Amino acid sequence: MTNKIRVLVAKPGLDGHDRGAKVIACALRDAGMEVIYTGLHQTPEMIVNAALEEDVDVVGLSILSGAHMTIFPAVLKMLKSKGMKNVLLTGGGIIPEDDMPKLKKLGIGCLFTPGAPTTEIIDYIKTEVTKRKKSKK
Amino acid sequence: MNEKTVVANPESKSATQPQKAVYTSADISSSDYQRDLGSPGKFPFTRGVYPDMYRGQLWTMRQFSGFGTAKDTNKRYKFLLNHGQTGLSVAFDYPTLYGRDSDDTMAKGEVGRCGVAIASLENMETLFSGIPLDKVSTSMTINGPSAVLLAFYLAVGEKQGVPSNRLRGTIQNDILKEYIAQKSWIFPPKPSMRIITDILAFCADHAPKWNTISISGYHIREAGSTAVQELAFTLADGFAYVEAGIAAGMDVDKFAPRLSFFFNSHLDFFEEIAKYRAARRIWAKRMRDKYKAKDQHSWLMRFHTQTAGCTLTAQQPENNIVRTAYQGLSAVLGGTQSLHTNSMDETLALPTEHAVRIALRTQQIIAYESGVTNIIDPLGGSYYVESLTNKMEEAAEEYFKKIDSFGGVIPAIEQGFFQREIASSAYQYQKEIEAKKRIVIGLNEFVEDTPPDIELLKISTKVEKDQNQGLKKLRRRRDNNKVKRCLEAIAAAARGTDNLMPKILEAAKCYTTLGEIINTLKKVFGEYKEPPIFW
Repeated sequence: MTNKIRVLVAKPGLDGHDRGAKVIACALRDAGMEVIYTGLHQTPEMIVNAALEEDVDVVGLSILSGAHMTIFPAVLKMLKSKGMKNVLLTGGGIIPEDDMPKLKKLGIGCLFTPGAPTTEIIDYIKTEVTKRKKSKK
Repeated sequence: MNEKTVVANPESKSATQPQKAVYTSADISSSDYQRDLGSPGKFPFTRGVYPDMYRGQLWTMRQFSGFGTAKDTNKRYKFLLNHGQTGLSVAFDYPTLYGRDSDDTMAKGEVGRCGVAIASLENMETLFSGIPLDKVSTSMTINGPSAVLLAFYLAVGEKQGVPSNRLRGTIQNDILKEYIAQKSWIFPPKPSMRIITDILAFCADHAPKWNTISISGYHIREAGSTAVQELAFTLADGFAYVEAGIAAGMDVDKFAPRLSFFFNSHLDFFEEIAKYRAARRIWAKRMRDKYKAKDQHSWLMRFHTQTAGCTLTAQQPENNIVRTAYQGLSAVLGGTQSLHTNSMDETLALPTEHAVRIALRTQQIIAYESGVTNIIDPLGGSYYVESLTNKMEEAAEEYFKKIDSFGGVIPAIEQGFFQREIASSAYQYQKEIEAKKRIVIGLNEFVEDTPPDIELLKISTKVEKDQNQGLKKLRRRRDNNKVKRCLEAIAAAARGTDNLMPKILEAAKCYTTLGEIINTLKKVFGEYKEPPIFW
């Protein structure tokens, strides 16, 4: 791959726990990706606009507030409506096992929970983006 | 069986400095007992703030708790009190923490999720229904909108017939660490500090038993700082509040005795104990020598402790009971005045009754079975603990100089100093785990494939619906002309210099909502925006 993978790391809603998002942003940057961090308190609209503007391959949401069942579907819907069907929507946080299949079914990518090594997240993003770039061609 | 031997890293990365194998009198040769330690209850309070410590009174067992509606949480409080908890601690949901009503557009999906939703006095009445406020002390983790939640509490007290001068409790009200770590701010620093000094002055006159600021290192540590950073940044915040109070024209002894602290109890057992001891000594010295406080109560640092949520693992969650037990023990050996012990399931969800009961029982076992409460500061005089206490103090002093070089805490926040320091420590910590320089049982060693099988607390989507319907009805039922007049009075006080607290209390009593009061203040004070920095 010649082009760097572009990732938007976003903190949606009112959740202020940004330790994980910042650690992931650093790890993805050190793995050679181009990382844009939105900062806190983003609405789905702000996130999707940033994704469009920055022409990213991946949107990663960090949610530890329990609002994941509202926010992930809202962002996904908006990404699709703006024509970003090929953008990978992934993320992590405090997400109970039971909620994962429901989100996956909607078309949201892997979600990572406490203890996930950053290497696993990096590998997942690389594989998934390569797959999506191929399918686009 | 796949048993293996894992060698513990002798240069534990959480420690202040590379540790030696053994410490001797040479490591504390420059120490002077009276100057550096003193008897418990005597300056500089290194050994504890009271002469009798837990022989006189145990610490307050205070589990941080809140979820769903006020009714759900009221039920949990009664459960905890019935099981021997001795104080209450309110966890608010995100909309409340940001001063937004539950039906605010930004609140969607967040109502009652990671705390209880409190948008009005009506909700607060339900929260404390059947709990006599003259019998219990209540701590509220609230910062940006602290004046409003305090007003709700005072109003509930009044309704129960308990005057404000008999209410005991704490509002966190530590906005500086919000900018630094916890990130639930509302207004920019300057008006935020004005609200805080208004609260200090109001409580000195009307609620003398209320702790007006709980200067918090907990969230700094949870955001990824080291023990030394937690110690230094928290105390620097404390000094900033003292300076703000003095600058607002108050006598330091009028407000300083009601300042309290809140620390994290992390993994490294002795380092944490040394941290608490160093904290007390630094505070006492500064308060007496720099800020010229004359009242001994202004010198002594009382603090609450919570075990470290960030050290819990989602894997093999039962192990968290053990982690929490010895983190709780180090807080007690460090002389805490109150304690929250985390529940084993808190990396997965808010705790169930089952999990929180074990957490509370853990404190009771330390208190009643272990024997550690009989002796005051039992580790005092240990070559290692005393040497580490000295090292922590020295390292904190280095940070104070650095913060001064920025021109103080607020300029350092504005230049992203604390945020960068913490983010860098957090990334370092994660890298150490992934390189196995730091062993986490169940996560990178002694790993099991079976996923955890424990019951989790679920918050129904009905909570948001019910809460918003209640709010709608309240807005129809109350005297809306009175609400309007109250909001105008708040705006006028905000534009001028009158103390905001009496106006906010008036508004609270006629059921003006949290969001209405905060939005009125936002129009005068503006809102804080953080530059998005991750490195």
